[in-house]
Amino acid sequence: MNKITFIINGEKRSIYVEPNDVLLDVLRDKLGLKSPKCGCERGDCGACSVLLNGKSVRSCLVFAIEVDGCEIETVEGISQNGLSVVQEAFIEMNSFQCGFCAPGVVIATTELLRKNSTPTKEEIKEALAGNLCRCTGYTPILEAVEKISHHNKHNSDNTGGTNE
Amino acid sequence: MVVAHDFLYQKPSTLLDALKLRAQYGEKCSLLAGGTDLVVNIKERRISPDIVIDIKGIPEFSILEERDGSIFIGSAITFTELIESPLIKSRVPIIAESAHTVASVGVRNRATLVGNICSAVPSLDSAPALLVYKTDVVVESVDGKRIIPIDKWFVAPKKTALQNNEIVLGVLVEIPNSENGTAYMKLGRYSGEDLAQAGVGIMISKNLEYKIAFCAVGPVPRRALKVEAFLNGKEFSSITNELSEIIQSEISPITDIRASKEYRRHMVDVLVERGIKLALSRLQGE
Repeated sequence: MNKITFIINGEKRSIYVEPNDVLLDVLRDKLGLKSPKCGCERGDCGACSVLLNGKSVRSCLVFAIEVDGCEIETVEGISQNGLSVVQEAFIEMNSFQCGFCAPGVVIATTELLRKNSTPTKEEIKEALAGNLCRCTGYTPILEAVEKISHHNKHNSDNTGGTNE
Repeated sequence: MVVAHDFLYQKPSTLLDALKLRAQYGEKCSLLAGGTDLVVNIKERRISPDIVIDIKGIPEFSILEERDGSIFIGSAITFTELIESPLIKSRVPIIAESAHTVASVGVRNRATLVGNICSAVPSLDSAPALLVYKTDVVVESVDGKRIIPIDKWFVAPKKTALQNNEIVLGVLVEIPNSENGTAYMKLGRYSGEDLAQAGVGIMISKNLEYKIAFCAVGPVPRRALKVEAFLNGKEFSSITNELSEIIQSEISPITDIRASKEYRRHMVDVLVERGIKLALSRLQGE
């Protein structure tokens, strides 16, 4: 066993892992963080996405031992002070049915909006292209993100400020 | 899924330590950068290394810089870093354009260009972009450094010229000294995350010198030298029968789950035409 130390959702944790422990399994089974989902297990579906040092990654394609010294954020962290603007928009637009893809979509959208608070429809589609949803046909997901983008644009036009 | 295979993990902090481990374990070791191919290959038991050497702790591998008229892209540089680099965008833009077509944001944040050319699947998007420039792969072992030109790198599907005691430090891409326009044309089943059914890289310089390279339409990605020779010095308006025959003689696509060989053959002509027109319009600053 190897000891690794990393920051998860703002909290510093040290745990013991084997070299072949996959980050997704460690987050779910050792740390009890159930928002990242196990979908395809080969990086195609996006359900296991987490933010690693601020960038979305497939936690099914990362060995836990690699994240020693890194910072990880999951949906639990994003919503620890209440639902985020992104989550509220998805609820308002009925973006999900079964919800299995939702954590990955929240991660991808959060990353996008932190980098670019007023993305175009094309930029939104590009950022979310790696997240598969089998329920809603994507339309209400894209509409929710577009709505945030419009809102941010409107706000920055008026006040110069933006909103994640 | 629990990974059934056990292995040692080492994350050396110097190149020398990494080279010593590589020499010691040889083909029993796997090199880990982004892991987007490696982790899947270990999970699905296509490979079972005794040791995984994580190269992300070695400073040399994270270098992306201009060096004497070339750009050095270290082995740990991700596709996202390439897309966001002003240096890549201004000097060798087709590398950013092709990086943008690789998988999805969540994969590109982790996957590396050097990992892509080491996996060496026939459909790799990085290859046409690197092939249209004068690109060298810089490798090192405990015995010393070796430079492998990119057109000698791809030996067979999933096989490269890398020896099992060597580690790739990065690639060195020569910045073209004349004004040029480039384009990477990728055919996928849909826009968004997909492997290429066919890929065409094009560079055209002001004096009408053409560089054209293909991926996913033969066992290894390669330059289309006969097509280049035919086009050099000529103005291009559209694909002629003569040009199509030369293009078709340069490719040997197969039928697989993504496309039939007939469709690939047809579409390479289309992609070459669209790509040349796009590269020319970029050359003319449109």
